[in-house]
Amino acid sequence: MTNTSHKTLIIACGALAKEILFLKKMLGDAGRSIDLQCLPADYHNTPRKIIPGLEKVIAERGCHYDRILIGYGDCGTGGHLDAFVAKNNLELLPGAHCYAFFAGLDEFDALMEEELGSFFLTDYLVKFFDTLIIKGMGVDKHPDLKDIYFANYKRVVYLAQTEDLELQKQAKAAAQTLELDYEYKFIGYGMLADAMDTLALREPAYV
Amino acid sequence: MSDEDDEIILKDLDDTQLVEQMQDDLYDGLADEVVEGTQILLDRGWDANAVLTDALVEGMRIVGVDFRDGILFVPEVLQCASAMKGGMSLLRPILANTENSAGLGTYVIGTVKGDIHDIGKNLVGMMLEGAGFEVIDLGINNPVENYLEAIDKHQPAILGMSALLTTTMPYMGVVIEELDKRGILKELPVMVGGAPVNQEFSDAINAHTYGRDAAMTAELAKAIVGKNR
Ligand code: B12
Repeated sequence: MTNTSHKTLIIACGALAKEILFLKKMLGDAGRSIDLQCLPADYHNTPRKIIPGLEKVIAERGCHYDRILIGYGDCGTGGHLDAFVAKNNLELLPGAHCYAFFAGLDEFDALMEEELGSFFLTDYLVKFFDTLIIKGMGVDKHPDLKDIYFANYKRVVYLAQTEDLELQKQAKAAAQTLELDYEYKFIGYGMLADAMDTLALREPAYV
Repeated sequence: MSDEDDEIILKDLDDTQLVEQMQDDLYDGLADEVVEGTQILLDRGWDANAVLTDALVEGMRIVGVDFRDGILFVPEVLQCASAMKGGMSLLRPILANTENSAGLGTYVIGTVKGDIHDIGKNLVGMMLEGAGFEVIDLGINNPVENYLEAIDKHQPAILGMSALLTTTMPYMGVVIEELDKRGILKELPVMVGGAPVNQEFSDAINAHTYGRDAAMTAELAKAIVGKNR
């Protein structure tokens, strides 16, 4: 790293792209030093691809930045992401997955405590519910899969980033499709916003 | 796997062709065909255990390999599993009646506390049953008490735990520690598995064996009870 650009790169799950760009905009001037590159959102279902994906971006672009934030939770890497981040001197979002860092870790635990059979939706997952869950998991072609996947579930909890009536309608419809109870919680951007604020406010790592 | 599947008359195939065709049908998730093939082999005087091992378990092993290699995905694997279940429903009563020579003892399996993912565990259970274990499935969200109770009641040869969440993986360690405290661990091999689990983690929590997938788990379990072919 020879340059002194004081720039930050966020390499994130594609499912967070819209949210991160929104938060960057909200940061105004402070957000200008932040660049975003996303990995495909479907790595979500194949967590083993996440670290190789990150390695590739870091090899290609990492040298232009003095700080890199990994826009993932653990996301099913079984602690490997933690180790990867520590080894490469990077930063990682807190929590096991996006549902936890949007809700806040304690709030998420409380929701699970209240009803373990909760299936969580975020704005992103509501928008792409049909693509990711119904089509992506084969429920459209084999409707009996719905029961295999969701037999252990009681309710859908929509953890909303924005207050959007259209999305709420879609989330409710998703719960109906899954034949589960529906609950709505507006939680905003939670710890993702905190992490972005911290990035923007902090002194550059190399001066 | 081929386009001509529809035209194949299973009855007209010789044994070797039929077994191969059944493996293909299982791969394609064609439950009716797998059931039909199972019945034909039984009618031809095949031993139920041989049908299970050569056609169904071997078919599912191939599915497992392609799942691991990213050629098949969860929805397809579930279709394959239903097809295998169909065949097994014909074989199970026969196996229960004939003094099952492959009887390898009891395997207690369950997903740990806080976790309600169960697809992988169910597949493992099916392959263990196919291998000749009597499988006691404790279902999902099992606190340590459930495992202890089941061990007491069923005196299993092996205990298996599944976890799919990074947050629930450590609980497998909690159970193992409790088994150790009670002096059970030295006699009871504990196997662990689930997508985020790996050998390193398995070693760290002092598990006996890590099972990467269902077919491998069945082989490892057979080796543990000393019945590997
Ligand atoms: C299918 C799935 C679901 C289904 C579950 C259906 C069911 N009945 O189990 C649904 C859609 C309902 C679901 C829900 C959730 N899921 Co989910 N899910 C998955 C997914 C895509 C595949 C898991 C699976 O079934 N694989 C297929 C089977 C065959 O493979 P397997 O489980 O690994 O099992 C094999 C081996 O591991 C081994 N094995 C398994 N068990 C055992 C046991 C023993 C003893 C042995 C030896 C071997 C062994 O053999 C098996 C067969 O080969 C994974 C991603 C992934 N690829 O792992 C996410 C994943 C596990 N889920 C995840 C999350 C976050 C959730 C939710 C919170 C999401 C939400 N929107 O609410 C909820 C859970 C909520 C709750 N209340 O707990 C995360 C976990 C992240 C983390 N930090 O841990 C993952 C990693 C996805 C991600 N990257 O975000 N999920």
